[in-house]
Amino acid sequence: MATALGFQNLTLGYDRHPAVHHLSGEIGEGALLAVVGPNGAGKSTLLKGIVGVLRPLGGKISRNDVKARDIAYLPQIAEIDRSFPISVYDLVAMGLWKRAGLLGGIGAKDREKIAIAIETVGLRGFESRAIGTLSGGQMQRALFARLLLQDARVILLDEPFASLDSKTVSDLLELVHRWHGEKRTVVAVLHDFELVKQHFPEALLLAREPVAWGKTLETLSPENLLKARRMSEAFDEGAGICEDAA
Amino acid sequence: MYDLFIAPFAEFDFMRRALAGVIILSLSAAPIGIFLMLRRMSLAGDVMAHAILPGAALGFLVAGLDLFAMTVGGIAAGIAVAVAAGLVARFTELKEDAALAAFYLVSLALGVTLISLKGSNVDLFRVLFGSVLALDNPTLMVIASFTTFSLFALALIWRPLVLECVDPGFLRSVSGSGTVVHLLFLSLVVLNLVAAFHALGTLLAVGMMMLPAAAARFWTQDVTRMAAISVAIGVISGVSGLLVSFHANLPTGPAVILAAGIFYALSVVLGPVGGLRKRLTPSQHLEA
Repeated sequence: MATALGFQNLTLGYDRHPAVHHLSGEIGEGALLAVVGPNGAGKSTLLKGIVGVLRPLGGKISRNDVKARDIAYLPQIAEIDRSFPISVYDLVAMGLWKRAGLLGGIGAKDREKIAIAIETVGLRGFESRAIGTLSGGQMQRALFARLLLQDARVILLDEPFASLDSKTVSDLLELVHRWHGEKRTVVAVLHDFELVKQHFPEALLLAREPVAWGKTLETLSPENLLKARRMSEAFDEGAGICEDAA
Repeated sequence: MYDLFIAPFAEFDFMRRALAGVIILSLSAAPIGIFLMLRRMSLAGDVMAHAILPGAALGFLVAGLDLFAMTVGGIAAGIAVAVAAGLVARFTELKEDAALAAFYLVSLALGVTLISLKGSNVDLFRVLFGSVLALDNPTLMVIASFTTFSLFALALIWRPLVLECVDPGFLRSVSGSGTVVHLLFLSLVVLNLVAAFHALGTLLAVGMMMLPAAAARFWTQDVTRMAAISVAIGVISGVSGLLVSFHANLPTGPAVILAAGIFYALSVVLGPVGGLRKRLTPSQHLEA
């Protein structure tokens, strides 16, 4: 299996404090990987690093032949301003950014694609609703429709199922499996261990330092989880300079 | 009818110029105001409007009531304050609103002091409240070119600007244009304020930007329509303000802003999106 993304001794963080510390490993092309770990373990930070929003403090991310435009990213829903006056249709249509860019028109073919994406996530009839009127689950469905339109080789999901009901989760999981079936690489930050065990063959347990990475059942062993909990202390203001950095 | 609505413009050159001035200002400033409002930067707009004053005042000290000097000074000061307030908020413990309040007060005091060094009370009055009825052709040209540029630029950055507001994380993942777009947007704010400054003065300039925008918020839930509505409200307030000031012999700039204020108040009460009337007269809820 070819690698889609590789990490070499990667350190990511804010103000020189590492949030992801010395991570090495590879994500295979077409992998379905869950990133789990306690709060503050660097899971979202890792996704931001892969997208390229955050520059590594040390080490390196190699994207091989995956270009920035081949990556689709679903931010945490809390980062979205849902009071902004924009319709579901326009929000979903943003998924065409790669093709349409600044000024490109949205043609009949594109409109058909948008309609199909909206239909797929079960939001038909909601096209002209303002996003502020959607429930949490409907909003997440709309964002998945946008991901569908992005048609990307690598899909990064940051807590895609946070506080959703089971019906919505299972509908959206179906899409994740569909992407997996289409040989796309999917990396999802998740908290629900049961869900991870059932649906994700591979898992990375992160507690700033990588604790374990491999087959899900082995990664999420009780010993590893205990270790992760111990390692996840808050960022130390007085921390010295990391000796391994050199 | 003719005497009331048409004659003032047909008969008086200065009224026609004023009309052209307020219409072109509305066309460009109101949509900019929409984005200021949606990004919760309404106060920042106010501060930048005041920040123009010391710059324009410096221009005035050097060259008197010279269009070019005051325009250049205003733009430079506006941009400097926009950048400085951003830096203070980012790199010190002071929150942005407090930083903005500090800049606002200092700019106003400094501007008034500078003008008073050399000018009369009439000059001071003019920079504070503008002189819509004294717009000459060169000033009108400055306003028109700034607003034209700003309209085209806004059209160009519309999509990333909307994205930056709704979902900045997503924009960063698909394009690196976020910062550039933000800076360009801030410069458009300054350009529009300088244009409005010539007509309405430093204290009222931001009125043509924020009042129509705030009013439009009550009429639609779509940002594009909101921009169109804000332009319409701006134009109507401009025209009615001019007419009222003409017939009732009121100061023009304040009349225009008051007219916009009335439309704002009407929108607050009558607007279908979150307006008071809707809230106070609960209708029967629907089945689904």
